[in-house]
Amino acid sequence: MPILETIRLEKRFGGITANHDVNLVVEKGARHALIGPNGAGKTTLINMLTGVLKPTAGRIMLEGRDITDVVPHERVRLGMARTFQINQLFLDLTPLESIGLVVSERLGLGADWWRVVGTRSSVTDEIVEVVERFRLTDVMHERTARLPYGKQRLLEIALAFTCRPRVLLLDEPAAGVPEAERHELLATIEALPAEVTVLLIEHDMDLVFSFADRISVLVNGSLFVDGAPEEVARDPRVKAVYLGEELDA
Amino acid sequence: MTVNTLNAKNLAAPAANVSAYLKSRARWSPFEIAFWVFAFATIWLFPGKHLILKDTAILALFALSLDLILGYAGIISLGQAAFFGLAGYFAGLVAKYGIVNEPVVALVLSGVVAAALGFATSFLVLRGSDLTRLMVTLGVSLMLGEVANRYSNITGGADGLQGVDIEPLFGRFRFDLYGHNGYVYCLSVLFVCFVIVRRIVYSPFGLSLRAVKGNPLRAAAIGIPVKWRLVAIYTVSAGIAGIAGALLTQTTAFCSLDVFSLERSADLLLVLIIGGTGYLYGGLIGAVIYKFLQDWIANLTPQYWQFWIGLVLVVLVLIGRDRMRNWIGTVRGAVAGVGVRLLPRSITLGGAAPDGP
Amino acid sequence: MLTILFDGVAYGMLLFVLACGLSVTLGLMNFINLAHGAFAMAGGYCTVILVNRIGIPFALGLPIAFLVTALIGGLFERTLYVHVYARDHLDQVLFTIGLVFMSVAAVDYTMGSSQQFVQIPEALQGQFNVFGVGMGKYRLLIIVVCGLLTVSLQLILAKTRFGSRLRAAVDDQRVARGLGINVGAVFAVTFAFGSGLAGLGGALGAEILGLDPTFPLKYMIYFLIVVTVGGTSSITGPFLASILLGIADVAGKYYVPKLGAFVIYAIMIAVLIWRPQGLFARATAR
Repeated sequence: MPILETIRLEKRFGGITANHDVNLVVEKGARHALIGPNGAGKTTLINMLTGVLKPTAGRIMLEGRDITDVVPHERVRLGMARTFQINQLFLDLTPLESIGLVVSERLGLGADWWRVVGTRSSVTDEIVEVVERFRLTDVMHERTARLPYGKQRLLEIALAFTCRPRVLLLDEPAAGVPEAERHELLATIEALPAEVTVLLIEHDMDLVFSFADRISVLVNGSLFVDGAPEEVARDPRVKAVYLGEELDA
Repeated sequence: MTVNTLNAKNLAAPAANVSAYLKSRARWSPFEIAFWVFAFATIWLFPGKHLILKDTAILALFALSLDLILGYAGIISLGQAAFFGLAGYFAGLVAKYGIVNEPVVALVLSGVVAAALGFATSFLVLRGSDLTRLMVTLGVSLMLGEVANRYSNITGGADGLQGVDIEPLFGRFRFDLYGHNGYVYCLSVLFVCFVIVRRIVYSPFGLSLRAVKGNPLRAAAIGIPVKWRLVAIYTVSAGIAGIAGALLTQTTAFCSLDVFSLERSADLLLVLIIGGTGYLYGGLIGAVIYKFLQDWIANLTPQYWQFWIGLVLVVLVLIGRDRMRNWIGTVRGAVAGVGVRLLPRSITLGGAAPDGP
Repeated sequence: MLTILFDGVAYGMLLFVLACGLSVTLGLMNFINLAHGAFAMAGGYCTVILVNRIGIPFALGLPIAFLVTALIGGLFERTLYVHVYARDHLDQVLFTIGLVFMSVAAVDYTMGSSQQFVQIPEALQGQFNVFGVGMGKYRLLIIVVCGLLTVSLQLILAKTRFGSRLRAAVDDQRVARGLGINVGAVFAVTFAFGSGLAGLGGALGAEILGLDPTFPLKYMIYFLIVVTVGGTSSITGPFLASILLGIADVAGKYYVPKLGAFVIYAIMIAVLIWRPQGLFARATAR
């Protein structure tokens, strides 16, 4: 059974069709990349997967369960978390507080209004683990707004990761990261635990082909080609519409 | 290096560190302790000023309630007076008709009634833009004002609720004309409410509110039920505003229609803006400054103090709240610096500030 | 019954003239101007001074009130408001409420706190009786004047170059800037014009609404209702909302006088819950 699946998913804005007849299948434990030229409908698709947008038609299945009508924060509880193309961080909180927040939310302590944050060792242990994993230790007490961009990008992923998702959606994680901070980011993404299924939306072909074990190509709102990286790279149609220029460049 | 290679020993030290840091955020600072010691000292220091101090304490509590939703949850409201007024009338009516005679019990009940209204109206407030929120919050308080006016046989209408007889506190302390017992009562209630609010703010729930205010989109994306958190805090805030309103009725033995007025809500915003939002003491400090400013201006030009209040608002905005906050931050930093030097205890506080493992 | 309808329409028309400037500033700059009523009050007091004290004819007093208020509005826009556009809504609310407080106290100081009446020419007093329906002459005048204004506003927006620029700027500020439209200038002119209309409304309405220093506070909620219920995407929405509000208010005060404005507030809240973007807003809210 695929862990994440869309069935004839469709989204229209007025007269414009952003996505049409999308049947995406993401297998458990996959490193799945979703690529496509600008305006192909990638962001609309991820917004539907996470519940920010409501599809016009079609269903979304997570581990065999229909989640089409489930609100965004419930989807997180059901095991799907995302990052954003443009950082969506809590700028007034420190990374430590941000991660602590996610941990306590996940453990169901978020409605606890009496106990002081940080009094539970289970929470603090996990905070330390995440901070280490995402190389945020030396900046964990800084206000997020002051972090260098690469660290903010890492925190962006860290927040989603801390939700302990079974499916993690990464929306252009490397976008805009300066060359000097890039290696750190890519290494961290590489080191994500194998049991977490990753759906990566990315423009950066180096990252896609070094990371993904399966690639889906979205063109004009529909799935165009779907297969292993070698197949996709060889596919003449893909080269024609999209990859050709990028790979040759 | 990933977590897999980290052994438990490596993890223990930073975990303790993180825990200490998180807890240190919530620890009472010397500044805070000094603040409250001084607040209670005013009972003996300024016995002749108890009436205005009492009003200040009520205003501070009211402002604290607004800070909870404005400073911590980002909801702009022009209708906090709805809760203040409802509980004010409730406290007056239960005392007048002898339904609940013990002031403290009546006070708690008034808070519960206001919180219930807050819960019911929170669903209206959560929808729409800032302007819609302004309109709905304002509309609710104006509606209540109309209702109180309509049922003047119960509320006294435009003449206000007369003949309220408040029983002595704990059967012993009567609310006197000079506000002595009233001030001690209000200040104690303010302190208790403050401690509760402070716990809330430093709890995981409080942290999640700051997250919701900072970025509601991401808050939902990490699994926070944004709507319910806002409903909860709006309800709590309404309850505290209600307690403030009930305090006013109990200590003045009177309640009039202007508890619902727009001016009351607008003045409250000013109080909070003077003191600064989102750090708990804003409402308290703002209330002190506002009350004494009002007292002073009213002595100079009794009729036109509203003009000066308006001018303060306009100037505050033109200067910019951020810039104000920076100035205040500098002053506060200096004060805290002095505090650190004076009190050895706070050195451990600084020591908890971490160095990477 | 028909008289109530008539009075309601007159009242509604008046509200529209008073509030339409606010609707445009809100729609254009997403600016919450709670001080709009202060400009209306300025127009009202201007007419009182001109007509009652100096003895200028009423018919001449109205356009002067418009011009004076527009001038004041333009001045305030250029010197004060322009600094607050980019701020958050809280700042805007604080700033404009501050202006309201100042205007209330300033008028109280200079003109006294008692209610003022504009001396209306005798020809405009009294009633017509058409088919058994009593129609106040002055209210008829209001309907005619406001009706003409509404039509000409619609024409200005629909036909003129300025109108199309304004609509472009309301629709999408960034695109409008890209097209070389000076959004700041468009807004200054609109703000002044909207203030002028409010002033004219205040002058015309002094008789019906009552003019005293608390005017901006008393009617603030009414203007805001017109704008929020009507939506800000066109002037048709606020117009319809004004008429509805006018009729509902007059009828409410006639049939259930004891409830006062309760009905109005209840309806407003219901509408805002049902359609947060306004009753007549475009359906495609993005």
